[in-house]
Amino acid sequence: MSDSDKFDPTDPKTQKTVGNPLSENPRMSCRDVDVYYADKQAIFNVSLDIGKNEVIALIGPSGCGKSTFLRCLNRMNDTIDICRVSGEIKLDDTDIYDPAIDVVPLRAQVGMVFQKPNPFPKSIYDNIAYGPKIHGLVNSRAETDEVVEMSLRKAGLWDEVKDRLDQPGTGLSGGQQQRLCIARTIAVNPEVILMDEPCSALDPIATSIIEDLIHELRTQYTIAIVTHSMQQASRVSQRTAYFHLGVLIEVGKTDQLFTRPLHKLTQDYITGRFG
Amino acid sequence: MKHFQRGLDKVKKMILSLGALVEQRVHRIKTAVEERDVTLAREIRHLDHEIDEMEVEIEEECLKIIALHQPVASDLRFLIAVIKINNDLERIGDQVVNIAQRVERIAKRPVAPYHFDYSVMADKAETMLRMSLDALVNQDLDMAIKVLTLDDEVDAIKDEAYDRIKQALADGVTEDVGYMINLLLISRHIERLADHATNIAEEVVYMIEGEIVRHGVLE
Repeated sequence: MSDSDKFDPTDPKTQKTVGNPLSENPRMSCRDVDVYYADKQAIFNVSLDIGKNEVIALIGPSGCGKSTFLRCLNRMNDTIDICRVSGEIKLDDTDIYDPAIDVVPLRAQVGMVFQKPNPFPKSIYDNIAYGPKIHGLVNSRAETDEVVEMSLRKAGLWDEVKDRLDQPGTGLSGGQQQRLCIARTIAVNPEVILMDEPCSALDPIATSIIEDLIHELRTQYTIAIVTHSMQQASRVSQRTAYFHLGVLIEVGKTDQLFTRPLHKLTQDYITGRFG
Repeated sequence: MKHFQRGLDKVKKMILSLGALVEQRVHRIKTAVEERDVTLAREIRHLDHEIDEMEVEIEEECLKIIALHQPVASDLRFLIAVIKINNDLERIGDQVVNIAQRVERIAKRPVAPYHFDYSVMADKAETMLRMSLDALVNQDLDMAIKVLTLDDEVDAIKDEAYDRIKQALADGVTEDVGYMINLLLISRHIERLADHATNIAEEVVYMIEGEIVRHGVLE
């Protein structure tokens, strides 16, 4: 306990991340990222790469900044007036905080799946078709049909819903709704998918299906997942990043981090000594 | 969390009790070899089931904690190390039984001129076991590493015993080959016992450092 009591996130020494926060093959690269909610700083000098075709898990106790950091990656924090982000976040070579960047296509490129499944109050078909239509990715009904089927197939939902595409998305089970939301994200050709505790409202079977899906999606997309379940982090990710009071404490290969964490705070958190 | 910690504490106590019991058996079998004490050897042999039962209990306790709490990091390494150390302690118990059987066979024979004095070897093996268990109790990396270096000395003594018996055979001492084989086997069993002590030390290194140092990969 005493270690976390003494923890000063403003101290540059404290802000130094152990392990390897960088990737040889980054899809997104974040450098010296600070995030403030009005005067209160929530993220301190975080540098982290998210590699191509990897699943990176962001873990840490409540209030550690992992969700705040995730939301920086597609400028979702822009929707919060008092929130200010500084530092550099690039998707490939594009600075996503460049004032010239339009956030609408950005959020298609860097899609997001939330904690609670949030299908539109529309049919299953329209839930998927809506994105491609507004982004101008489809020009005909046939093309839309194709995108809907492809997205639902990739999300592992097609066989369960193909005979009732006209029924409301909200009528599906929780796990199916979450896969519908993943299909909706996939439909607009993202490069990166952000997941903020995507299984916290799901039962173990639905969770297991989503986790298998994450493994499959990794071959085509880059995924960053925030999770409170350390077992889930260890099951689905190749790299894990541990946040503590807004500081990125440690980043490492998941198998190494869960067997031989380098930082005492990581060790204490994952073994349940605090948090 | 408290429940989990209690489980870990319980396992620690259990493995230390088993360690103490096995250490005591090794000490007694050393006496039995030195004094060619058949009664003591037989008694030790008949008590091996105690070690076997404790081994099973410890393994079950570890599996239960792993299943119920999904430990990670140092807790996981501790439990994995305990499972392996548990196995090594049980195997040391088996080597003690093997030695007891050899003692029962050779005890009635007069001491032959080619007889090998096992006390130095047995002392070293016992020391290795004690040190490896101390390293476990105190999380003492230096001591664990020291055990690894002692194993070579025990191996060298075993080779000496082998050479002594080979020489006896070459010299035509053939009136009791069975006796000589039993002597050779004692050295073999003590050497195996020291190997298990080495394994325990290696597991202690893994537990502390997270590095697997088996098969001579220690830097």
